[in-house]
Parts: sequence; structure tokens; C-alpha cells
Amino acid sequence: MTIDRNRRRFLRATAALPIARAVGCVTFGAASVAFAGTPATDRAFDSAFDRYRHLLVLVELKGGNDGLNTLVPYTDAAYYALRPKLAIARDQIIQLSDRVGLHPALAPFSAFWRDRELAVLQGVGYPQPNLSHFRSIEIWDTASRSDEYREDGWLTRTFAQQPVTASYAADGVVIGSNDLGPLSGSGARTIALADTPTFLRRARLAQPAAAAPNKALAHILKVEADIVQARGHLATERAFEIEVPASGFGNAVKTACQVIANPSGVAAVRLTLTGFDTHTHQPGTQARLLAELAGGLTALKSALVELGRWNETLVLTYAEFGRRPRENLSLGTDHGTSNVHFALGGRVAGGLYGETPDLTLLSSDGNPRHALDFRDVYATVLERWWDVDARNALGGRFTAVPFLRM
Amino acid sequence: MPSSAFLLALRALLATTIGLWMPVAMAASMGESDARHLLARTGFGPTTTEVRTYAALSRDDAIAKLLADVRTTPATAPPAWINEPGPFRRPGPVASAEERKAFQQGETRRAAELRGWWVREMLVTPSPLTERMTLFWHNHFVSSEQKVRDARLMYAQNATLRAQALGNFASLLHAVAKDPAMVIYLDNAQNRKGAANENFAREVMELFTLGQGHYTEQDIKEAARAFTGWGVDRDTGTFAFRPRLHDDGEKTVFGKTARFDGDAILDLVLERRETAEFIIAKLWKEFVSPEPDRRSVERIAQAFRASKYDLKVALRGLLETNAFWASDNRGTLVKSPVEIVVGALRQLDIAPDDTLPLAFAVAGMGQNLFAPPNVRGWPGGEVWINSNTLLARKQFLDRIARNDAGAPPRTAVATMTAQLADTNTDSAPMMATREATLAEINRAARIARQIDRSTRNLRFEAARWLSERNGATRDEKLGAAKRLLLPIAAQLPVADDADVTTAVAASLLDPAYQLK
Repeated sequence: MTIDRNRRRFLRATAALPIARAVGCVTFGAASVAFAGTPATDRAFDSAFDRYRHLLVLVELKGGNDGLNTLVPYTDAAYYALRPKLAIARDQIIQLSDRVGLHPALAPFSAFWRDRELAVLQGVGYPQPNLSHFRSIEIWDTASRSDEYREDGWLTRTFAQQPVTASYAADGVVIGSNDLGPLSGSGARTIALADTPTFLRRARLAQPAAAAPNKALAHILKVEADIVQARGHLATERAFEIEVPASGFGNAVKTACQVIANPSGVAAVRLTLTGFDTHTHQPGTQARLLAELAGGLTALKSALVELGRWNETLVLTYAEFGRRPRENLSLGTDHGTSNVHFALGGRVAGGLYGETPDLTLLSSDGNPRHALDFRDVYATVLERWWDVDARNALGGRFTAVPFLRM
Repeated sequence: MPSSAFLLALRALLATTIGLWMPVAMAASMGESDARHLLARTGFGPTTTEVRTYAALSRDDAIAKLLADVRTTPATAPPAWINEPGPFRRPGPVASAEERKAFQQGETRRAAELRGWWVREMLVTPSPLTERMTLFWHNHFVSSEQKVRDARLMYAQNATLRAQALGNFASLLHAVAKDPAMVIYLDNAQNRKGAANENFAREVMELFTLGQGHYTEQDIKEAARAFTGWGVDRDTGTFAFRPRLHDDGEKTVFGKTARFDGDAILDLVLERRETAEFIIAKLWKEFVSPEPDRRSVERIAQAFRASKYDLKVALRGLLETNAFWASDNRGTLVKSPVEIVVGALRQLDIAPDDTLPLAFAVAGMGQNLFAPPNVRGWPGGEVWINSNTLLARKQFLDRIARNDAGAPPRTAVATMTAQLADTNTDSAPMMATREATLAEINRAARIARQIDRSTRNLRFEAARWLSERNGATRDEKLGAAKRLLLPIAAQLPVADDADVTTAVAASLLDPAYQLK
């Protein structure tokens, strides 16, 4: 108990030092390392500590991106045997190691890789995988087991347990989708919007009201209150010197930049890039989508650097599943299981994580085993990035993956 | 402190008093407040005329009238192309880019027209309950045009759902199982001997009849074999049974063993108590309150089964419960987007020339008709409302109340395009890149025009409308308007000196307007 008190005193003292303010996030990082393992509640006691200054940007690759043509095992004969038509030519690949390399449309990721700000998470999946789009994304969104049904999103559960500072514009902002995914459920202050101007123009129609006589009305009044809270904070229009891809995803990135630029803060932003369900004609579609992804995230980084927030930002991709290693007969791929994902940010420890799938050891339905559980990735966000207890949100104990430099 | 025995005695005394008084009350006319509640729960935004008609009836007579007025066919003429002959297949892998494009465009246009047609039917039908139930079954026996990709088959399914909307659930289940759109949507068309596809067998038990936990994985595997050989004749667009693909061996389902076929499996499912309870509980959430009362559900389900699944028995049972009429349960259900759009136009006496744009408005609020997001349908209830959809609802209501016909915000188009694409995940194979980009641009342009038109031609004549309300003074009339529009007290105050339009708009924008 004495030790805990000392820790708190030290934290308060650190926060009070002018020099610590100037390099706030660095100090914060150092403190995190010094007290790794300190219970979350202990830190929350200190008013200067704000875990949610660490921003999370989730990017959903909706439809199930083909991981095998995203991170290509270009020396693996089994890869070329499984992909006689769809294999990416070896000389096109952006080599990351002597075994794997990126799809050429991800060329902008080279800069992140060089700066060691790109973690490549290989073989992310879960046991007893489900091949239905909506069931599998529900498993990811609610961080449930394959045979378990949970209501709220994993971020909603996190924010309900460890509330975000009240003065934030919102806990989470969902851009360009009515499906709230990891932010669904009423335990969090979530704003869904397509772009800030439309939101602000319409938001004048929301009004705060007093207590509600029933649950449905209480929900509506909560959404109205969330809108009223957010509209005051999202009004700042900021011009960024960035170039975004001319596409729906490019616009979503632009909107994300505006949302993040608001000085009052948000803890999480969710973007969606849709169209990855490439059962036919995969090469052109996937190349276009990966180029949008890489271009969009490069623009996002520029904006965050401009805001001085890149070192406080973690960008993470996810999807319902990957695709079957063996190509189908229509120049496409069918629903698969484990997949490759990316973590990007100023505090990401660049490199390869997990294991490159063994294409000679496929299950009876033709899919590789997963190497990382997606909840291990979530545990990294919760425990390392936000310093909150992950057990409640994830329904069990999972092992953080060391892809953050804290 | 009064003893519990005293409380019990008091309760018994009260019950007797009420019991004696009840028959008189039931026979008497129910009045406008009850009439409004009944109509809002069983239709789309009740009009003053409807409320007056029903207010003069007793509750029993009102329920009887609602059920007697139910239709089995639409009141409006469906699109002409519903009878166009086959084939009912999409272009194959060898089709040219032009053929694929022509198919996509034709199909997208027909699907949009179908949505517009249904919205018109809901607006003008003499039996709104028929359409509410047809929509209920659309969201229960889910199929999506995005996967079926044939608006003719989607229309045929809609007609099947309407024919038994308040008919017989057992007949409806058998009909839907063989409905071509359903056979395609849940992959029975791919279900063959030796290579069973379990999709339909699983959903029929999990979502259509028993509910989770009332069957085993083995039941599903065995039942799937019984549905093998079911398919669609792609030349005629009708159900086809292919004996050579059918597994006619013995199956063991729910502990019974025989050479069951698909219809026999449906009959086995219908024999089980859980089916009636599952359906009644779901209907309860649609019509009565968000939290079904277990004992009432069991009681009504028993009568439902005893009637061999007469849906009128089910609905009458629900509408006659005390819970349905309880004041605590009023304004506890969230209106669906269709109820917001169709209801507002009906209540404000606005007759649109074109209903297709309204279907787009409904889609923008999260309910793209004929394309529920997945086999579980729209979750409904509070999930209808997030900041994006709530503001889309309010924007629509604000614009029609004020006749505000400004150009649609370009960004709204982007949202809508993304939202429509969003529902596309489980659909047919992706289009080629260039085709997809073109399609997206065309769709965005079309949606821009649609959203623009969706409110431009809607003229709400506030002064005339208010003059037709009950009451001698302006304040009385405004009070009557508020009682018509809102299920419970307004949550927000309106300035005393507000003009008529502003006062009406205030009711539409009040949070209570989202409820029924």
C-alpha cells in the first residue's frame, strides 16, 4: 500500500514538472515502463494521467482481405502450387525478409517498414473458425469465443469498465458505417458519422432532455446527448496538407483527421474499407483496395505528424477472416480463416510477429492454423496501449504481443 | 408497516372491483388514446380519420375489425416486369463485360423499383397491419436481393409472405422453405446427396422456428440431408425437386428415425412446443413491449398450437393482453425507418407522386428493403438508433415539416452509397475493378437525384392540416396534433409563440416521435 502511494506521488510529481509537460508523451511512456504491471485503478487515481490520450484507429478490411497475397511467402513452392493464376510475381514483391514480402500495391508501406513503424502480424485468427461473414465479424467485434454469443463490442466493454474522460468529444467515432462493430452497445459514447460537415449541419436537430421514463427513450436521449456533446467539439475545421486517395476510404481518412484534430479528444476511431470479398477477379480489385489502404494510412500519418499525435497513435487493421490459400476457378479466393494484419504508429516496434502460415499443413477445409489469437492483439491494445485490465473485455486472459515500444 | 397478508387482501379486493367493472369497460368505446395506441402498434402512423373510426369501437371490436380487414394480396399494381419470363440466372463466367453490365444495371433498377412499389403499398393499403406483418415475415424469413439477384423472385417471395401474413404459420413455413428466393439465399440450391449444405437446415431451426438451444448439431446435419435435392429451375424460376440429388436414406432428428424428406422435417419442427413459443415471443417484441412476459407467452403459444398455427389467434391473443394496453408499455418500442417515413407522410396527409426516393430515404436510415444485412435480419429496437441514423431520421422529418427543398448534401450521398455497399458483403462475386468503379459512380449519381427528389415534391400544408384537427382554438388544435403524433408526453418544450409549422415540426423532432 505504501508502495502504491509512493508511485502515485511520483506520477503526480512527474506530471507537474514543466520539462515533463514539454515532452509529455515521452514521460508518459517512461512511466509506463517503470510501472508495468501496476493495477489500472491505481493509475486512474492520478488526475494527470490520461490513458486515452493514446489514440486507437481501427481499420476494418471488410469482406475478408486475402492475406496470402498481401504478405506473400515468395520463396515457398507451396504458395505457387496453390496459386497458379493468382500468385504475385516474385520480382513485384516488396521484400520484408528472405521469406516474405508485401503486395506491390502496398509500396507506400515501405517507408513505415524502413522507419520500423510497421508491425506485420501473421496468422491472426481463433480456434474453431467460422466462415460466415457476419458471424465471424461478430466474433471479432465482441471478442467472443467461436461458440459464445456476446452483445457489446470489445471497445464498448472497455470504455464501460474504464470510462473515458468526460470532456472528450466522444469515446469512439465510427466513420462511414451504420454498423458500430467493436463500439456497439450502449455502454460507450459512440458517434457514427459520414463526415463532419454533414454531422454538424444535422446535429443542430439534437437536443438534450431530462430523465426518460423507459429504456428505449433513455437510449434515444443518450444518443441525442452524445451528439450534443460531440458537435461542440468537432466544430474545429482544420486544413491539412495531405493527399488522400479519391475514394470513399480517402474521404473517411479525411474525416478521421478532422475528428482527431479536435482538441478535446476521442479514444478510438473506426474506419471501414469495404470490397475485399474477392470470390472472382481478385487481382484488380485487391490491388485497388490495398493501394487505397496504403495511400489512406500514409495520409493519416502525415496529418497526425502535423498534429503532433503520431507518437500517441496506434493504427490496427482487422477483418472477419482471411481467404482460402487454394485459389478458386474464377480468378478469386473463397472464405478462409487466419489472416495477416498490420499495426502502425510512432510507438510500434516494427517487424514480423506470429508465424508465416505453413501451407503444407492445411486443415481438411484447406485453411492454415492460426499463430496469434486476435484477442492477443486486443490484449496488447488494452494492457500495453491503454493500461486497462483486459480480462473483462476479452472474457479471459490473453497474451499481449510485444509490438509496442512503450 | 402493512403485512403482506393485508396487501394481498387489498389486491384481491381491487381485482374483484375491477373485474366487476371490466365487462362494461370492454364493451364501451375505447376512446382516442387507446385507438391511437392500437393503430400505431399495428400500422404506420395513424391518421386522424383512422383514430376517430376506431375510437368509437370497443377494444374487442377494434381488434376484430383489424383482423377482418387483413388482405392476402397487395392493393396496388406491382411492377410490370414481375411476370417477365426467364431465364433466372446471372451471366456466367464466360459472359462478356457488356452482358454483365447490362445485367447489373437492369437488376439494380428493378430492385429499386420493387422497393419503391412496396413503400407505396404501405402508404395506401387499406390494411396497414397486412404490410406490417409482411414486413415482419420479411425480417423473419430473411432473404436478400443482394444475394438472390433477381427482383422477380424477391417479388414472388413478398407475395408468398403477404398471402399468409396473418394466415397459417405452418403453411407459411412450408411455402417459404420451397420459395425460390429462399432456396437460393440459404443455399439449399447447393445442397446435394453426399455434399450436404447445412445453411438452410441450421437457420430453419435457429432463426425460423425453435431458437438456439433447442436442437443439436447432429439434428442439423441429419435435417440437411433431408433437404438435399431441393433447387430452383433456372428457366422457370420455380421450385424444383431433383430426386437424383436427394438423400432418401434414414435420418435421426429429435430422436426420431425415418426416411424423412424436407417437408417431414418441417412437420417435426412444428410438432415442438418451442416453435410456437419462439414465434409468440418474437411477435410480442414486435407488437407489445421489449420484454416478453414468459407466462403470457406460454399461454398464447398454447392457444396458437391448439389452433394449428392460426396467426390470427396469435395476434388476437397478444393484442388482448393487459400488457399490450398498459400505460407503462406505451412509447416503449422504437419505430423502424419504414414506420418513420411512411408514418409521417400518412399522418401529415402528404401524397408523394414518386415513392422510389422514399425507399432510398428508408435505406439511408438503415433499412434497405429486400436487403436485410444478414440472415438474422435487422436487429431492430434500440439498434435502429445511432447518431448517424437518428440524425438521418430527424433531417427527413425536419425537411418534410418545413417543405425545405434544399439540394441534398453531397456527403449524404456518399454515406448512402457506402451504406448500400455495406450490405453487399455476402452477395454475389465482386465485379471487376473498372466495372465496380463505374457502378459506384453511377450509383452515387442516382442516389443524389433520388435523395433530392425524396423530399422536394412533398408538400406539407401546415395551416390546412392544423385546421382539420379537433378543437375550437389554435391551442386546442395544437394539443390534438401533439396527441396524434406522440405516443407519450413530449420531452422537449415548444415556445408559446411558435408558428404552426414550427410547432408541428417540434413534435416530429421530439425524441418521443421515434417511439410507438
